[in-house]
Amino acid sequence: MTATEHPADVPRDGPELDGPELDRILSETWGDKPGLIGWLTTVDHKRVGKRYIFTAIGFLLLGGILALIMRLQLARPDSGLITADRYNQIFTMHGSTMMFLFAVPVMEAFGVYLVPLMVGTRAISFPRLNAFSYWLYLCGGIMLWVAFLRDVGPDIGWFAYTPLSGPEFSPGKRADFWAQLITFTEVAALAVAVEIVATILKQRAPGMRLDRIPLFVWGMLVTAFMVIFSMPAVTLASSFLLSDRLVGTQFYNATEGGSALLWQHLFWFFGHPEVYIIFLPGLGFVSAIVETFCKRPVFAYPIMVAALVTTGLLAFGLWVHHMFATGLPRLGYAFYTAASMSIALPSGVQIFCWIATMWDSRPRMEVPMWWVVGFIITFVIGGLTGVMVASVPLDLELHDTYFIVAHFHYTLIGGAVFPLLGAITYWFPKITGRMMGDRLGKVAFGFVFAGFHLTFMPMHFTGLLGMPRRVYTYPAGMGWSALNLTSTIGAFVMALGVVLFLANLVRSLGNGAIAGDNPWGAASLEWATTSPPRPYNFAHIPAVTSHTPLWEESLPVFSGLRVEHRELVLTTVVEALPDVRDPSPTPSIWPLLAALATTGLFIWSIFSPWALVWGAIPVGIALTLWFWPKSSPDTHQEPVIE
Amino acid sequence: MRRLLALVPLALLAGCSGMQSMSEGAGFGSHLFNQLMLLFLVVTGISYAAVLLFLTMAVVGRRNEGGEPRLQALLIAWTGFILIGLILLTGASFLSDRREAREGSDRTPLKVTVNANQWWWGIEYQNDDPSQSLRTANELHLPVGRPVELKLNAGDVIHSLWIPALAGKQDLIPGRENDLRVVPTRIGHYRGQCAEYCGLQHAHMAFDVTVESPQAFAAWYKAQSQPAPEPADPGIKAGHDFFMSHACAMCHAIGGTPANGTTGPDLTHVASRKTIAAGTLPMTRGALMGWIANPQGVKPGARMPAVGMTPDELHAVASYLETLK
Amino acid sequence: MPHVGPRFRARLFWLLIAGFCLLSSCRQSDRSQTSDPRAEGAGGGAILSDPAQQGYSTSAFHIGEGQRLYSWMNCAGCHGPHGGGGMGPSFMDAEWRYGGGMADIVRSIDGGRPNGMPSFHDRLTGQQMWQLAAYIRSLSGLAPKDVVPSRGDQMSSKAPITQRSPDKPAEPREPY
Repeated sequence: MTATEHPADVPRDGPELDGPELDRILSETWGDKPGLIGWLTTVDHKRVGKRYIFTAIGFLLLGGILALIMRLQLARPDSGLITADRYNQIFTMHGSTMMFLFAVPVMEAFGVYLVPLMVGTRAISFPRLNAFSYWLYLCGGIMLWVAFLRDVGPDIGWFAYTPLSGPEFSPGKRADFWAQLITFTEVAALAVAVEIVATILKQRAPGMRLDRIPLFVWGMLVTAFMVIFSMPAVTLASSFLLSDRLVGTQFYNATEGGSALLWQHLFWFFGHPEVYIIFLPGLGFVSAIVETFCKRPVFAYPIMVAALVTTGLLAFGLWVHHMFATGLPRLGYAFYTAASMSIALPSGVQIFCWIATMWDSRPRMEVPMWWVVGFIITFVIGGLTGVMVASVPLDLELHDTYFIVAHFHYTLIGGAVFPLLGAITYWFPKITGRMMGDRLGKVAFGFVFAGFHLTFMPMHFTGLLGMPRRVYTYPAGMGWSALNLTSTIGAFVMALGVVLFLANLVRSLGNGAIAGDNPWGAASLEWATTSPPRPYNFAHIPAVTSHTPLWEESLPVFSGLRVEHRELVLTTVVEALPDVRDPSPTPSIWPLLAALATTGLFIWSIFSPWALVWGAIPVGIALTLWFWPKSSPDTHQEPVIE
Repeated sequence: MRRLLALVPLALLAGCSGMQSMSEGAGFGSHLFNQLMLLFLVVTGISYAAVLLFLTMAVVGRRNEGGEPRLQALLIAWTGFILIGLILLTGASFLSDRREAREGSDRTPLKVTVNANQWWWGIEYQNDDPSQSLRTANELHLPVGRPVELKLNAGDVIHSLWIPALAGKQDLIPGRENDLRVVPTRIGHYRGQCAEYCGLQHAHMAFDVTVESPQAFAAWYKAQSQPAPEPADPGIKAGHDFFMSHACAMCHAIGGTPANGTTGPDLTHVASRKTIAAGTLPMTRGALMGWIANPQGVKPGARMPAVGMTPDELHAVASYLETLK
Repeated sequence: MPHVGPRFRARLFWLLIAGFCLLSSCRQSDRSQTSDPRAEGAGGGAILSDPAQQGYSTSAFHIGEGQRLYSWMNCAGCHGPHGGGGMGPSFMDAEWRYGGGMADIVRSIDGGRPNGMPSFHDRLTGQQMWQLAAYIRSLSGLAPKDVVPSRGDQMSSKAPITQRSPDKPAEPREPY
């Protein structure tokens, strides 16, 4: 059976329908309404992805400003610049903003934008859920920041240990805003994770077997599974906390049979995978960049995939290393030491593979590669200090000191933010159609790199000299003053670098050199379409015969999809053989309205348990109207034809 | 040779000494930390150097021939190196941990119970004869060479007891009793600090640790077990009377007087301590008066309220407290 | 499609929100502990003229401090662990022998009352008395629900305060 045997009056893309005429029809089918209403109702993963990135960068800047304020306070001993209460709110907000509102969302944002393009499909799976998740994330972030600016911000640390965060020791609603932020961001993250898994497993281009998908896509797949398994733990923990605080349950009250340590177990069972959720997409960025600028696939692709999967699995077996000082049985700790050490192995192997790729080629040192080099230099230090704190005797001294602050900033900034800045530079041409400035990019890199090390290297020594974490001031004469001042100076150098990076970005939006479809000469599918991509991504769905499709002789396409209705081709999970044709949802206002209703429910439930009952009504109405079945017959799956 | 090697960590970390420095090595735990840290630094340092070398060669080196087979062999070697290194470090860590657990188990320990509250430390030296037990606050005196077993309780939220110069930390968790064994090995004065975020004044929850000879410790213990001296001077008696009839006695205890409050630090020998307000201020007359007159100015949010008093009353109370050596 | 315009507009929007919020910070969580020391100890009248008194009864922080003081000063010894009563009257009902207003309760604490309530004059500062009064009123369900703690971290024997409504005064009974 071929395409020509179908009814002739249903237009399909193919050799008969191509070029500008195809573009016109597909743009109409896959485009949004103009203006504000189009902006509010869009389900285009590229627009939602860009929104996510923009908002996450906004939160990065807010979190960064908080960091600068903290560094100003700590520049001198016994400083009276910020009061204790304000400082405690600031460090809580810094951690919560960076972890929940920046790091995870920005990685998911890149996944949302890039994964459908990289696997060669027209849309992400569950596009309306995607839009819903963005609105929910935005509302949660606004809730937290409005609370902070009104002096009701949380002051319990981003980890919110009980009983400090419980009803007796955190009076008022501060801790409740924090706990509900978790609910907002975790629901949003779970939604995106589900979409990513479904897109990667079912919507790949025909011929894109599992051993042909880009390493970034593998990274996002593992990350998404980690999100699915770890987020429920923290949502449970924060729900228990909200319940303790609102209606007096006893989950964390030891005198009534609860346990303060329950919080720690639940939180860190999520908390440790969380840092790998942030880190693994960064590794995906590095793989993509290294492949392109070394003009060869990354060395030992199967090993790289195995390393990603192993990291994702091992990440769930480490969480007790955050609790070495809590007095759990020592023999049990030995297991977690071994597990925590072992996770260095896949990361170490990956570092080798990237450097081997560079060694076995002539790498072009464009700005994204500078960020990769910065990543290697920085992240490996963080990984090695991680090996140190995996050891119980060492950790019992180093835990809760500035040594740990240094360690996790080296791994998070070195391992996630540096690759992120490289990724922004690398995919900026694809997203906007223009190139970022080259010289300013290198200058910005220099400032960020130098500023980062100037800020955080001294913290290793500050910690060794005994300075604990989360202190709003410290006494003079401890040997900490000069080191802290150095860190403060470094922080401002780094901030300057970030400002330069953003200035480059903003300027390039208007004045950057026009980029073609594939300015870097990359191999993956997102570069096979225009920059920026059209709303429908690909005029014809590509078919893939190797791991580096754009470096092959030609790029075959798979044609026959309907053009007047939104339609995707789904393929089998492992072999990516064409399976069915699946309709894709059209734009709708209901994701926004459902998100607003959910926001109302969540915020109201901070103040009254009845919110769960009455607040569910608008949510129910919104969901019902969202899922109201359509009467059109053209919206069911059909088998694919040859 | 071993002695020479032992000097290396001291040399490396010489810039790292201080009364709150974890490389001070004044206790068995801190000493083990130095040794283990040195091993880790060597192994991780070699790894890092290897990575940097390979990276430099990859970025700036000429077009490299040899290709896949050589890299595959190198990958296997690198993986093996990491594996062996991690096993070595895990083993060393485990052995070090067990060694620390064994240290001091052959001697009779000194038993001390610590009750942490926001934001001060209640210390109780236990004795087989309960009438010989001693209650103090915000300071520890320890005889050198004798293991001390600390029983750790928390009264409100999670705190963490940490004397970096002597040993690692242990959390104090409400609803659990944890323990920590510390073996001080060098005489000196050190500082401990709470190492788990416990609220508003977590930054000002420190305590003094004095490690001294067994004789000096016994003398200190004997002096601390005495009740407070009766005030003789009328000015001092005025301070004593103010203390007993006002808010002070509701929270603080002074042995041998009607003041028997347990919600605040015991003040029976407050003037013999090096610091007050949990390591926030030195024990001097000026600091004492400033603290009493306006605790919220020094440590905003501290549980101690500003008790209204005239300047004369303030002087009297300070004079009285200064007699409590 | 130019992106510069919307981006800067969005940034401006954030700044405006920030400005608005900074201008009107919420008193609910105000943690200021300082009260003028000179107002203390100069005689009972000064305590009642604490200029911040309106804030205590609606402040989560001050009610929390009152909860702590209730335990520290052993009010539970006579009035029960959660104000249920015992030797002393209950705080959980609507009956207030000497008045249930903030100033009434502060007067009770400061001057004591006949039949066993000791005077805490000079033994508690004025601010502490106001904090206690705020907490005691909350035991009766008279404080706003978003500022009271649901429970303490001790053993509990009653419904959480957040779930409690104020009692109604007892109906006058017909004489036999």
